[in-house]
Amino acid sequence: MDENQKAGRGDRAGISMRAAEIIVALLVFALGAIVVFDSYRLGSKWGSDGPQSGYFPFYVGLLICISSLVTFVQALLTKSGHGELFVTWGPLKLVLTVLIPAAVYVIGVQYVGLYVASTIYIAVFMVWLGKYSWFKSVAVGLSVNVSLFLMFEVWFKVPLFKGSLEPLRFLGY
Amino acid sequence: MVLTPFNLMLMMIGIVLGVIIGVLPGLGGANGVAILLPLTFTMPPTSAIIVLAYIDWGALFGGAITSILFNIPGEPWSVATTFDGYPMAQQGRAGEALTASFTSSFVGALVAVVMITFLAPLVAKFALEFGPPEFFSVYLLTFCSFIGMGKGSPFKTLAAMMLGFALAAVGMDTVTGQLRLIFGFTDLMRGFDFLIAVIGLFGIGEILLTMEEGLSFTGKTATINPKVVLETWKKLPQYWLTSLRSCLIGCWMGITPGGATPASFMSYGIAKRMSRNGDKFGTGQLEGVVAPETAAHAAGTSALLPMLALGIPGSPTAAVLLGGLLIWGLQPGPLLFVEQKDFVWGLIASMYLGNIAGLLVVLTCVPLFAAILRVPFSIIAPIIIVICAIGAYTVHNAMLDIWYMLMFGVIGYVFKKLDYPLAPLVLALVLGDRAEDSFRQAMLIAQGDMRVFFSNGLVGGITTLALLLLFWPLIARLRGAHRADAA
Repeated sequence: MDENQKAGRGDRAGISMRAAEIIVALLVFALGAIVVFDSYRLGSKWGSDGPQSGYFPFYVGLLICISSLVTFVQALLTKSGHGELFVTWGPLKLVLTVLIPAAVYVIGVQYVGLYVASTIYIAVFMVWLGKYSWFKSVAVGLSVNVSLFLMFEVWFKVPLFKGSLEPLRFLGY
Repeated sequence: MVLTPFNLMLMMIGIVLGVIIGVLPGLGGANGVAILLPLTFTMPPTSAIIVLAYIDWGALFGGAITSILFNIPGEPWSVATTFDGYPMAQQGRAGEALTASFTSSFVGALVAVVMITFLAPLVAKFALEFGPPEFFSVYLLTFCSFIGMGKGSPFKTLAAMMLGFALAAVGMDTVTGQLRLIFGFTDLMRGFDFLIAVIGLFGIGEILLTMEEGLSFTGKTATINPKVVLETWKKLPQYWLTSLRSCLIGCWMGITPGGATPASFMSYGIAKRMSRNGDKFGTGQLEGVVAPETAAHAAGTSALLPMLALGIPGSPTAAVLLGGLLIWGLQPGPLLFVEQKDFVWGLIASMYLGNIAGLLVVLTCVPLFAAILRVPFSIIAPIIIVICAIGAYTVHNAMLDIWYMLMFGVIGYVFKKLDYPLAPLVLALVLGDRAEDSFRQAMLIAQGDMRVFFSNGLVGGITTLALLLLFWPLIARLRGAHRADAA
């Protein structure tokens, strides 16, 4: 697959491990702080009838904050010259070429439903990243989704999301 | 009752599906089971759990195939299998390696099932006496052992685990009915379902990682014929000590929730140290395949023991099965052995059968499964993402869950790269509410006195063991420092 070879030759620049550690530790700390804050608001003490709602989550949040602070300090103390990389730009681009279409796909599901969006998604993915012909790609997308349709709607009677526009209404499911 | 044609057919389907799931990147035991869970809602519970347990087993086998033939561990617990399995395949001994790995898996799982048969009723009987403090101390033991036994930073394990607890707390408080951590967003009221987290963290996260690594499918071909199988079987008995040791490690790590991954590494490491050919490990030693595979399967199977007997799963997959039990209206825990005898013994009986059936299926179908891996990633990847999205949607028929899945996918990708463990996060998310309930009930009984966790020999013993495990990294380091001083 040629996109993989491109990634292999990719440049050595990217996000450093240290930076990623620090950012994630800070994000985790922020989440912990939110938990502590909301638990305190709900009451994290001993009420008249026992422990209040925030009693348990308060300490959970506190532990998140403490553990992420330790990780943060550990990351700060590692020498920046270590040169270990979290991800180089080449592979990051590849990751985004999967992630962004996946997000677009989920938006698509919202409007046209799982089956139609999935067919388009598989076909476009194959043409774009796999360099397959349109004919092959559409055939794979269609056959996968027809089998999914048979499996879920017909055999197991589990209805899947048809989208707000309901393009498949004519099938009667 | 288990031997109805319907159930036998389900076993076969389960094993085959499981191997396929194990072979494909991005789909594994835990999220494969999570995705297929909604399809089993209409089945009788015994049949449903048979399919799901078999899928998990198939996935364990599938992981071994990719590790040996492609040097790609399909599952984290088959990483240790690549150390000696892939060199063997390179030397043209793929058939031998695969036979050894399947047979060892069979032995490991069989020993674990025998152990479950005899131990589970005893544990359940014992656990009938448990009150809230005892239950909380067992939860504590579960989570402390993750911190003590984990390979990476204990603080990252703690952070991941507590994030799981925090996510579990989102939504309605089960005791007071107050809404927690929703900040006015009514969509958050439902909370986060761990099935969605499993599908996102393990499924989408794995796809993103695979994409980044740029999979090149340069695998070895393998044919297994009866001659190779028989010859390998002749060689295997000389490794009985390694097998026995690996079984013990696996069972222990499965019951105390270390899980299959650390069990396989530990078993490989110990086998390397104890073996006469230890220095040759990594160059294609049969023993190096036997050790991790036996332990991984023993652990994967014995993780069902605490799930059935105590309602505390030992692995993410067992957690998903536990979620299934709840959905089918079965309350896991000690009472299950009293009230749902048919179900429990049906499951255990099916495990014996499935083990044999599984061995036959994988030994005969290897080339077929290996062919799946040759399907290019640009076809497999979108199909897997679609399957994950469908799996996430069917859990609650909620569109929002697909977005959560994507979010958990990104978290899974980042956490895996930074070595934050995902298993404790998932288990905390599953057990969060119940751990909290037992903690609050224990506190209510004791009027806020923490000494309740040491109030009798049983609860005190478990709590002490838990604390010992929790501070194990510290103790080990102190001992190491002491030794360094002495030298």
